Amino acid sequence: MTIVFALFLLTLLVVTALAIVRTKNLFIATMLLSIFSLLMAVNFFILDAADVALTEAAVGAGVTTVIFLSALRLTSQYERGSLASSRWIAVIVVVTTTVLLISGTINTPNLGDPNAPVHQHVAPFYLENTEALMGFPNVVTAVLSSFRGYDTLGEVFVVFIAAVGVMFILDARQGTGPEYELRVEKGLKHHLIPRAVGGLLIPFMLLFGLYVQFHGEYGPGGGFQAGAIVATAFILHAILEGERTALKAFSRNAQMALIIGGSTLYGAVGVVCMLKGGTFLDYSVLMEDPVTARQVGIIIIELGVGMAVCGALLSIFHSFAARKPVAQAK
Amino acid sequence: MIEVAIEWLGNALLIVGAASVLIGGIGVIRMPDLYSRMHASSLTDTMATLALFSGLMLHSGFTLATIKLMAIMAFLLLTGPTATYALANAAFRSGIEQPRSLNTDDQEKSAP
Amino acid sequence: MTLDAFLGHFNYWVFAILLMIGFYAVIAKGNLIKKLVGLSIFQSAVFLMYISMSKVEGGTAPILQAGAVDPIYSNPLPQVLILTAIVVGVATLSLGLAIVVRINERYGSIEERELLDAD
Repeated sequence: MTIVFALFLLTLLVVTALAIVRTKNLFIATMLLSIFSLLMAVNFFILDAADVALTEAAVGAGVTTVIFLSALRLTSQYERGSLASSRWIAVIVVVTTTVLLISGTINTPNLGDPNAPVHQHVAPFYLENTEALMGFPNVVTAVLSSFRGYDTLGEVFVVFIAAVGVMFILDARQGTGPEYELRVEKGLKHHLIPRAVGGLLIPFMLLFGLYVQFHGEYGPGGGFQAGAIVATAFILHAILEGERTALKAFSRNAQMALIIGGSTLYGAVGVVCMLKGGTFLDYSVLMEDPVTARQVGIIIIELGVGMAVCGALLSIFHSFAARKPVAQAK
Repeated sequence: MIEVAIEWLGNALLIVGAASVLIGGIGVIRMPDLYSRMHASSLTDTMATLALFSGLMLHSGFTLATIKLMAIMAFLLLTGPTATYALANAAFRSGIEQPRSLNTDDQEKSAP
Repeated sequence: MTLDAFLGHFNYWVFAILLMIGFYAVIAKGNLIKKLVGLSIFQSAVFLMYISMSKVEGGTAPILQAGAVDPIYSNPLPQVLILTAIVVGVATLSLGLAIVVRINERYGSIEERELLDAD
């Protein structure tokens, strides 16, 4: 029965992707992209990837849609026609590559084959040794934070660079005319129902974000998902109450402090491990008992990751939201 | 005996929930204009949520999963109709065509 | 084409189709935001392939269950890679959208044909 459901979902993904590419209204494309991400998250869950499903739902269906909508507000909503002449070349290239890719999967192992090469070498090591070395059940968090901790450090830096890059590009002064003066932002002040419901929900969203942050070792969760969830709570607050009130609650300096603090915390844990005699990011030297030491190290760096991702996503949203739309040149 | 009854009741609720989703979906496609389509889709927001989650809770019995399902149901019941309201309000303010058969006197008085 | 081979490879065929749909949007559509949307679909297709590779038949999510007899877990390694990739994807997407916004302000349009003519 799950097979039928999985086949149906995959077909729905293809249909949604076709609809996204065909529509001329970019707002519809953004909404369909959000649906596409949610379908993908359900698909990940069917394929036993619980952590990835949570991340895709929080980041893909949540934050990506908000950022696209903010960008649509600053550009145009409709797409004009595409280049007609090169379209046939594109179709031929695309169809040829699809046929080549599908023919390349002829002799690959079936879905779920336990003897496939991908399951043979490193993965059994992680599955067997997580309980002995780390002491907690979530293997994905163990691999992400400890066995492959370098990659996660690099990713935190990528998120940091993206936030700083968006700040460079979008926080530049727009001009000195009267239309660029600071207007009073009303938010959704005349819309009572979303404000009331949103005000009820935001504390629970923050609580859930904290739960996901600290339960990353015992169930699906961790720093990335928690950062995205807390960021969406603050983005909802900013949408409902207006930019000015939201910046009073969580100023740009505080967001920058979160990003810098998160990345520095991660690097600092690595340096402290070096100072205590181990190698960079070898948490086992932090305390006497190496299992407890690894757990402490992982909790601290997951906190760093959560802080950095939350601050970065929030800073990116505010960079887009503070920009004034410019009239399109016709 | 009582377990069999609970299981049957849970199955019946799940079928009712699935039928409401189907009817809501058919309504969204077949209704003539935006407002009646939203009215049809609100069937999914409320009736389907209540029926499906009650059926799942009956299947779970008195475990932690029931409390989590109750929390998710409360969340969906709170946010689904709010989203429908926001959509309808945005459509009204953008001036989407209203059906001719509505009595528009009250709306013109309270229009922004 | 047996049913077994069809069911066993359907995920990878859907991956190939989605990949090429996203790629078509990047190369054939003139609007810059549509290109970024196509890139996002492209990324999601790659994630689908990796996670399909990690599935083991009869397995569960790779969260160790205490006291289970001879459990089968799905492969955790591709899931870790994709977790990183999703967040990096949204970071690069936001950077790309910021550049599109500035292009719109400078040139007044985000259509590729008009931008090439204006420059």
